[in-house]
Amino acid sequence: MARNHITTTINGDEYEFLCDTEQTLLDCLRDELFLTGTKEGCASGDCGACNVMLDGQLVCSCLVLGVEADGKSMETIEGMAHGEELHPLQQKFLELNGLQCGICTPGILIAAKALLERDPDPTETEIRYWLAGNLCRCTGYDKVVRSVQAAAEEMRKG
Amino acid sequence: MSRAVFGESVKRIEDPELLRGEARFIDDISIPSMLEAALVRSPHAHAEIRGIDAAAALELPGVHAVLTLDDLRPYLLTEFLVVGLPSPSYKQERNRPVLAGDEVVYVGEPIAMVIAEDRYIAEDAAQLVEVDYDLLPAAADCRDALADGAPTVHKDAKDNLLAEFSMGYGDIDAAFGKAAHIYSEHITQHRGGSHSIECRGAVAVHDPGTDQLTLWVSSQMPHSTLRVLVDMLGRDENQMRVVTPDIGGGFGPKLVVYQEDVAVSVAAIKLGRPVKWIEDRREHFIATTQERDQYWEVEVAVDEDARILGLRGSIVHDHGAYTARGINLPQNSAESLPGPYEVPAFRMNTKLALTNKVPVTPVRGAGHPQAAFTIERLMDRIARELGLDRTEVRRRNLIQAQDMPYTRPLKTRGGVAVVLDSGDYPRSQKDTLERAGWDQFPARQLAAREEGRYIGIGLANFVKGTGRGPFEQVTVRIGTSGRVHVYTGGTAIGQGTKTMLAQIVAEQLGGDMGNVTVTTGDTAATALGIGTSNSRLAVTAGTSAHVAAGKVREKALKIAAHVLDSPVEDLEFDGAEIHVKDRPGRIANVGVKLGELAHAMAGTPGYSLPGGMGPGLEATEHVILDSKAFASGTAVAEVEVDIETGGVVILNYVLAHDCGRIINPMLVDGQAIGGTAHGIGNALYEWMGYDENGQPLTTNLADYLLVTATEMPRIDLLHHCSPSPLNPLGVKGVGECGVVPAPGAIISAVEDALTPFGVHIDRAPISPPEIVALIEQGRERS
Ligand code: FES
Ligand code: FES
Repeated sequence: MARNHITTTINGDEYEFLCDTEQTLLDCLRDELFLTGTKEGCASGDCGACNVMLDGQLVCSCLVLGVEADGKSMETIEGMAHGEELHPLQQKFLELNGLQCGICTPGILIAAKALLERDPDPTETEIRYWLAGNLCRCTGYDKVVRSVQAAAEEMRKG
Repeated sequence: MSRAVFGESVKRIEDPELLRGEARFIDDISIPSMLEAALVRSPHAHAEIRGIDAAAALELPGVHAVLTLDDLRPYLLTEFLVVGLPSPSYKQERNRPVLAGDEVVYVGEPIAMVIAEDRYIAEDAAQLVEVDYDLLPAAADCRDALADGAPTVHKDAKDNLLAEFSMGYGDIDAAFGKAAHIYSEHITQHRGGSHSIECRGAVAVHDPGTDQLTLWVSSQMPHSTLRVLVDMLGRDENQMRVVTPDIGGGFGPKLVVYQEDVAVSVAAIKLGRPVKWIEDRREHFIATTQERDQYWEVEVAVDEDARILGLRGSIVHDHGAYTARGINLPQNSAESLPGPYEVPAFRMNTKLALTNKVPVTPVRGAGHPQAAFTIERLMDRIARELGLDRTEVRRRNLIQAQDMPYTRPLKTRGGVAVVLDSGDYPRSQKDTLERAGWDQFPARQLAAREEGRYIGIGLANFVKGTGRGPFEQVTVRIGTSGRVHVYTGGTAIGQGTKTMLAQIVAEQLGGDMGNVTVTTGDTAATALGIGTSNSRLAVTAGTSAHVAAGKVREKALKIAAHVLDSPVEDLEFDGAEIHVKDRPGRIANVGVKLGELAHAMAGTPGYSLPGGMGPGLEATEHVILDSKAFASGTAVAEVEVDIETGGVVILNYVLAHDCGRIINPMLVDGQAIGGTAHGIGNALYEWMGYDENGQPLTTNLADYLLVTATEMPRIDLLHHCSPSPLNPLGVKGVGECGVVPAPGAIISAVEDALTPFGVHIDRAPISPPEIVALIEQGRERS
């Protein structure tokens, strides 16, 4: 079976890759493009470890096919820091211990960034509900939520 | 001057890569020419295998092999993983075969490993492997499994009793004989799986040229994996290396050595290509060990003042189909039942029942939460029967601070006495109650009832033995680069092990954490290693690191004294240098870099070493710590119960905990809160369901509920510090502590909220429908 030729923009760069029709976007990122920062926790849309932005929408990349990314643009964890400079969310997660094992972290960071782009000043409850699709077995979410709050504050200051 | 880092909330050294998505977890490892594996697993809880037909699978393009037990046998000295911890109580030896032979005994048991160009092809091919089964009756419920005439889990067995043991002390009959009151409870407890967000996985690489086998594995115990491979493959240690990449959570089940770890290793040798196997979530539900059911029958004898005279009872424990670890889990449960309370006489009998389900091994807490839940349920019962406040009953029975260390006439599994080493339990309870506003609660409750809301409050005390010995190996080495390298047999599973060790070592070697690198979980880095379990690394590896760093410090200072021609007392560490202290009349800033010292001690052919000292600038330690350090604490939960839906909301949660001296407060908070989240799950949400035929019912994260950010309350933490006298750092473990009191405190609170309905709760977890049913029963009674 011929493989599909996909052209897409990831973190501002053009990418081209070949994929099978049934291959998920998550597997395309990881196995075809070696962008392994996006993680698999369930492959069924329940954990959020695979969160990426697809044309401005927060999606579970395990539920999207690679072919659906054709002509679209994506943001993944690899594009979050600018060189040496961490994104304020990453910086706050670092300072406030918003992560432990770190397997859920890329998905949480992408989801939190999507939230702060929609609403720069969410309440704690809004943060908790927004992140309800991101499972973390390590942290109990407390420091995750505090990190997001602190980053939001930092970003509002500009 | 050297900076102090021990005891500070320093940032974690493991985080920058994790935050950038640059960390390397097992599934991120990709090696040229690597093949991928998928497993054919039993869909039946119990069946005989008549034959396996792989022809159709092998025809699928991209499939390289379908390996069954017969294919692996030529590479194996034994086909069984013999891993059970020693105990005289076993009645049957039930070791897992690497792949099933002629019988499968649980849904998920691996039967064949399919190896293909990629995982998609391997999974498709696994579907095409035809296994001819003859179904056999299954034993699903552990109580039924012990009944006469129950179907046996293994067809060659006469019954399902895997092990039985008793423990106790004191004159139990006399205690019950003189009791003013005796209360009995039947308590059902269930804990689910670990559900690290990263499932298991392994990548095996064999180099035929050197005959070297490297196994990358997401494991808490790579050294035990190596030992099992030595036993099974008959290869020397020096032909193998087991190494852990970044690990996406462990929580217990990753301390087990699994069939897939061995099969993947053999596959790499047989096929001459690297082979990767990554567990998916469904497999994690059916093939990774769990901690499931315990049925407790307990009786407590008290005097007229509600003081405990004796405690006795029995546990039936669901062991699963094989021994993947030992009897340790229910042993922990039985042994830790008395908890922080004075119990003059004690006797427990425990039966481990084989069932046709995936093996049971410890999950975060390892049997301790069940014990804490049971004793706390009894405390609430005594209070209710005698009309006393729940806190008062506990206060009267808590071990007093002046009685520390407190020896309980019990022995741990290794024959070491149970000694509660330090702590002030009454103060823990008192402070927690104050913080939670316990005394003002009746007013809050009354006000809520007037609004038609049902709120309740509950508490639980706990102790948790941590830092199980006998040791953890640590090497501290200053390299010629001037950097400090730390190597440990322990593994980093998210708890901040690298940071913790870097803090301990940096404290003595210049205070610059940026100058310290830490290698964990690599059999090539340390000859010995026990690994991560039982909240043990801060105590065991921490102590070894502390002592090793002290030795390296001493030696470095001596060499520096020689090189700088200055007495040791005049020298001090500063970052990656040793300086002559800045004193009046001295020339400041005379110093030597650590790298130069390491160079000097690396030796030069034909020249003596400086100062007549031995070579190298390193020390390896394995400080022996046989006794456990007991962490302790109290939890108070305030909840609201929706009496229509049975939904429970946690309004407030206070946790006081005492893990001795704290190395990094920020990390300790994170562990305590993370553990609490797990405990909340065990109280209200997590249920690994099986039907009566041993078919798993909850096999995805939509059916099996992990706590999310919305259910988690903010946890109000109180720290107490009773340094452990057992190790030079005074530390105790913390990783599992949060889990232990949570079900006890929450269920107590739910019961309190439902007092108007006379509800009594005898199980954990409790689901909304069960709560609604209990309310109904209560209404009917009244
Ligand atoms: S991996 Fe996509 S939601 Fe879990
Ligand atoms: S940090 Fe481990 S799962 Fe979130």
